[in-house]
Amino acid sequence: MGQKLLMKGNEAIAEAAVRAGCLHYFGYPITPQTEIAHYMARKLPKVGGVFLQAESEVAAINMVYGAGSTGTRVMTSSSSPGISLKQEGLSYLAGSQVPAVVVNIVRGGPGLGGIQPAQSDYFQACKGGGHGDYRQIVLAPSSVQELYELTVEAFNLADRYRIVAMILGDGILGQMMEVVEFRDEEPIEHYEKPWATTGHGGAREQNVITSIHLSPAVLEKMNQNLQAKYEIIKQKECRYELYNHEEAELFIVAYGTVARIAKSVIEMAKREGINVGLIRPVTLWPFPQEAFEKVIDRAKAFLTVEMSSGQMLEDVLLAVNGRRKVYFHGRMGGMVPVRDDIMNIVRDIYKRHVKKAE
Amino acid sequence: MAVIFQKPKALKDTSMHYCPGCTHGIAHRLVAEALDELGIEGRTVGIASVGCSYNSYDYFNCDMIQAPHGRAPAVATGVKRSKPDCVVFTYQGDGDLAAIGTAEIVHAAARGENITVIFINNTIYGMTSGQMAPTTLLNQYTTTTPYGRIADLHGFPINVCEMLATLQGPAYIERASLHDVKNIKKAKEAVKKAFKVQLAGKGFSMVELLSTCPTNWGMSPVDALKRVRDEMIPHYPLGVFKGENLEV
Amino acid sequence: MVHEIILAGFGGQGILSAGRILAYAGMLDGKQVSWLPSYGPEMRGGTANSSVVISDNPVDSPVLNSCNALIVMNRPSLDKFESVVEEGGIIIIDSSIVDRDIKRSDIASFKIPATQIASDMGNMAFANIILLGKLISERKTVTVENFEKALYAVLPERKHNLIPDEMKALRIGMEYAAE
Repeated sequence: MGQKLLMKGNEAIAEAAVRAGCLHYFGYPITPQTEIAHYMARKLPKVGGVFLQAESEVAAINMVYGAGSTGTRVMTSSSSPGISLKQEGLSYLAGSQVPAVVVNIVRGGPGLGGIQPAQSDYFQACKGGGHGDYRQIVLAPSSVQELYELTVEAFNLADRYRIVAMILGDGILGQMMEVVEFRDEEPIEHYEKPWATTGHGGAREQNVITSIHLSPAVLEKMNQNLQAKYEIIKQKECRYELYNHEEAELFIVAYGTVARIAKSVIEMAKREGINVGLIRPVTLWPFPQEAFEKVIDRAKAFLTVEMSSGQMLEDVLLAVNGRRKVYFHGRMGGMVPVRDDIMNIVRDIYKRHVKKAE
Repeated sequence: MAVIFQKPKALKDTSMHYCPGCTHGIAHRLVAEALDELGIEGRTVGIASVGCSYNSYDYFNCDMIQAPHGRAPAVATGVKRSKPDCVVFTYQGDGDLAAIGTAEIVHAAARGENITVIFINNTIYGMTSGQMAPTTLLNQYTTTTPYGRIADLHGFPINVCEMLATLQGPAYIERASLHDVKNIKKAKEAVKKAFKVQLAGKGFSMVELLSTCPTNWGMSPVDALKRVRDEMIPHYPLGVFKGENLEV
Repeated sequence: MVHEIILAGFGGQGILSAGRILAYAGMLDGKQVSWLPSYGPEMRGGTANSSVVISDNPVDSPVLNSCNALIVMNRPSLDKFESVVEEGGIIIIDSSIVDRDIKRSDIASFKIPATQIASDMGNMAFANIILLGKLISERKTVTVENFEKALYAVLPERKHNLIPDEMKALRIGMEYAAE
């Protein structure tokens, strides 16, 4: 490993993008992710790239669509209300299979909401915030180091599958500083992009980037192709972390910042002789079902903790599929789950499901 | 046998879906002739919009991207900024450009984005069957102004060239008409000049083409051409609004 | 050892940069660190706080609901955070601004008129550094050597000429016989 820096999460995302070969950024200011734009505005002109502050999030995502159509690595970033505005473009990117990386540093909603951290855009990110049958790869880092590594990875995944890869963070991850250790060389994957619209130069047939297919039969076929691609991604790209899982009988399921808090709860529980494991989905779509299969035989119950009303909870319930009891604790509106509160719930679940059995 | 007239190379040899008497075909041809004559088809990326010309990529031979409604100038910006050597044009109707895409066109123009915009103004929404457009004239009947466009209710038509010409960003803005041969020849020169402006790196260029929609106007093609001359041009005067003395 | 530190005061008092300097020094000491600012709509004048964790092991949670050291530079911050200091923890108070004592008896407090001292030194902006000095001498949070290096790394170059004086301020804080 190479250089170590103390960096804000937002800056680590921006630096990671540049290292991944993304020299084009289009965005519109919104708290709490604006440092990404500041960093890009300073950095990109010096490395031969383009930073452009668009007139709106709608315009920004369409600039991404244009640049992505030429096969260029490109990124935009925003926070919840801005990501809502980008949904039209995200649907077009999905329909026309243009790769791009989109960052959502989530804040509390609905509406203008607040500017404090939240995880209430899980449905929007994972279940299709725009129209049509489409998916995007959703990566959920939980440290500044991981923001860096997963942002680099997002560009590879986007190119590999001609898909949008979204970094789903929250205000805490964006604003906090941690030490990042940069690699000397990034694992950049290079893909041929024969579909790109860069001018045919008289050397090939016309390329067309489009998502409109007025014939239902053609549109259904296009959708089937998309679904086949999504199936491959589900098979190959699930990522997760299992933490303290080998002896545990209770499991917390959490991602991002909340997974960090869960780890402190696990340490508190250890001191009381309660063994709690953590399932931390790193890809939210595709959702890592496999992690649950690995522990389901030993697990007596699950506790999902989120900064939302229970959005990932629905995927946890599907993964557990009625085999075990699933509990939920959520805070909303920018409030962050408190470790003591989670610990109290853990004690309670322990009494009901583990101690009783003993 | 000598060929004395043929389709431009930048147009595909296919029949178009446009209604009889619609001037989209002429506008397409003018763009294609400009690409041919400037020898730039191979490095051109066109941006199709939403409206009757949504599938203009079926007619143009160059690389094309189909943009969301109103967003063509933003998509074009993304292409041009990532591939500055490409020649980039958008082809947009009045609803796309002057209603839902107002922000995108104003800001692309204000930035002096080095792209070419072909703006088709026929004072009506064609594809969705004849609703009011931002350029619909006062008293004009449409399916959403069944008693005529009334200023108190629907506001006033937008003169896009005049509006954009107030900005510092644009290099070249001209309005031309497709209602007769003489004006089509002028329109051809305007379209070609717009591309030349881009090739010279001068910045934003736009040509507004006054066009017909006989189907939704409820007119014969000939009457539709007369309407352009008698009703549209008085409200939308022809001429160069920006860059008159620009040499390219 | 895990140092969980909350720094709180008005925006403009150097609360956020004090946290960053501390975290940076911790990193240079070879520790795992995190720094988390409060963030709000105001750019100046509002309340500000930051949470710093310095640990031998990976930092579990950067979000602090409790802490073992608290630095407060205004009264609202003492009112807000006094209760979250863990038993055996410390509170360091800028007594030139905060006009009350702590209410608890299970924690230690150190009152230093930091803003007054800094003002006498000719630069009010050193108040945060004076308070950090006390934190370092009491808790051995970071080494003085790396604190100085952190100043050079975190402060913009145009402020580097102030660093010798900042180090003086740090030592004043370290040696101050607080009430």
